[in-house]
Amino acid sequence: MLKLRDGIVELYRKVATSIPPDVEEALKAALSREQEGSAAKSALAIILENIRVARETSRPICQDTGVPVFYLQVPSGLSQLDLRETVIEATRLATEKVPLRANAVDVISEKNSGDNTGDGFPVIYLEETGGSTLTIDLMLKGGGSENVGQLYKLPAPELMAQRDLDGVRRCVLDAVQKAQGKGCPPYVIGVGIGASKDQVTRLSKAQLMRRLSDTNKSEELAIFEKRLLEEVNELGIGPHGLGGRTTALGVKIGVNHRHPASYFVDISMSCWADRRGRLIW
Amino acid sequence: MVRTVALNLPMSKADALSLRTGDIVTMTGSIVTARDRVHKFLVEQKPLPDELPFGLSGTVLYHCGPIMKKTENGFSVVAAGPTTSQRVEMYESDVIRQYGLRGIMGKGGMGEKTRQALIDNGCVYLNAIGGAAVYLADRIKNVLGVWKLEEFGTAEAMWHLEVVDFPAVVTMDCHGNDMHRVLEAESYKKFLELTGAQKH
Repeated sequence: MLKLRDGIVELYRKVATSIPPDVEEALKAALSREQEGSAAKSALAIILENIRVARETSRPICQDTGVPVFYLQVPSGLSQLDLRETVIEATRLATEKVPLRANAVDVISEKNSGDNTGDGFPVIYLEETGGSTLTIDLMLKGGGSENVGQLYKLPAPELMAQRDLDGVRRCVLDAVQKAQGKGCPPYVIGVGIGASKDQVTRLSKAQLMRRLSDTNKSEELAIFEKRLLEEVNELGIGPHGLGGRTTALGVKIGVNHRHPASYFVDISMSCWADRRGRLIW
Repeated sequence: MVRTVALNLPMSKADALSLRTGDIVTMTGSIVTARDRVHKFLVEQKPLPDELPFGLSGTVLYHCGPIMKKTENGFSVVAAGPTTSQRVEMYESDVIRQYGLRGIMGKGGMGEKTRQALIDNGCVYLNAIGGAAVYLADRIKNVLGVWKLEEFGTAEAMWHLEVVDFPAVVTMDCHGNDMHRVLEAESYKKFLELTGAQKH
């Protein structure tokens, strides 16, 4: 487990200091789309320069290194308790070594634990998988973009949103319109639809782990994701809410079966620094 | 086409009045950081300007909780991008008035109370590039001092920083213009077009 611990520290370093290639490519494409001499273009140029310098000097892309969210696929026979311990130990080490900003605050005493560990911090999801490979996915989820996420219960009369995909579309547009530039756009938008509140919030966040090039396995949802991306970009909020053509880089949707009486839609947004990475062990 | 303005800090009231929303500024001089806890402290405890270890008059207050590294003779800045400004909306107008600031820098813009304080006191709101933490840290050449480090911790302390060519966009000026508000209204109009929904 010691070697695994060090592997996770390195995963932290990689995820905090570099951005996935698909996101960087999408930001470059966005730069070429924005108008010459606009604030949006200059903001994107600074973002891309920031990504380059962070990678080269191995420093965190953003000072908010976020809430670490782990998704572990665990082969049968490996102790989930031990794995949890190892992730927590690696988090303490990474906070000091990378360094990460200490972000775990006790709700009662308001004290910062100083090492990014605490009750439910980091977030760890474990799931048993077939085969013998342990897969560890890590997302560093910034606070600014987390704060602009929204949960909807359909129908929502004020949005004229019924219990159908058009209702979902209205929720997504509403959430982004309300977010404006507060969560550091261009955003990556994750949508979760299903029967229960806890399930859809987890589902929407898990969508942020998908590559931007990843196509939804449902053809209907794949088409819907594309349409939503186009419409979100029509809002004109732009990079950093300074106006422009690129408000989002991607929209990804995950669905579960719903209860006849319930239709929950959750929207998670990532800032442009959609920091995610994988360790295969 | 946007205008780029080089600004020396501290700036005069005339400098602040000359700025308009949409201007890109590059700042050189000293700035201070402050986020939630410093704001709460300043407004509740009301320390006099000369009770602070450094002068805030004419300078820019930056909403930022940086990652710092301890060095042999002080600190260096690892990463220092802006944080969401709206969280200190309830305090900012008092802070502007009390300490003579000429600029508030952060991300996402601020509310009506602050917009009015900018007009009344000759101060601007600057939107820094969110998440560009390393790029911006590299424009901080020196850590001049720190206040409330023990009590509030690294992210929440007030850092006194020397910057060179630090970029930001003026998104709220001294004349009542607010780019965030304009863009929000435009995007809301577009939202109504796309959904046919009623005002909510």
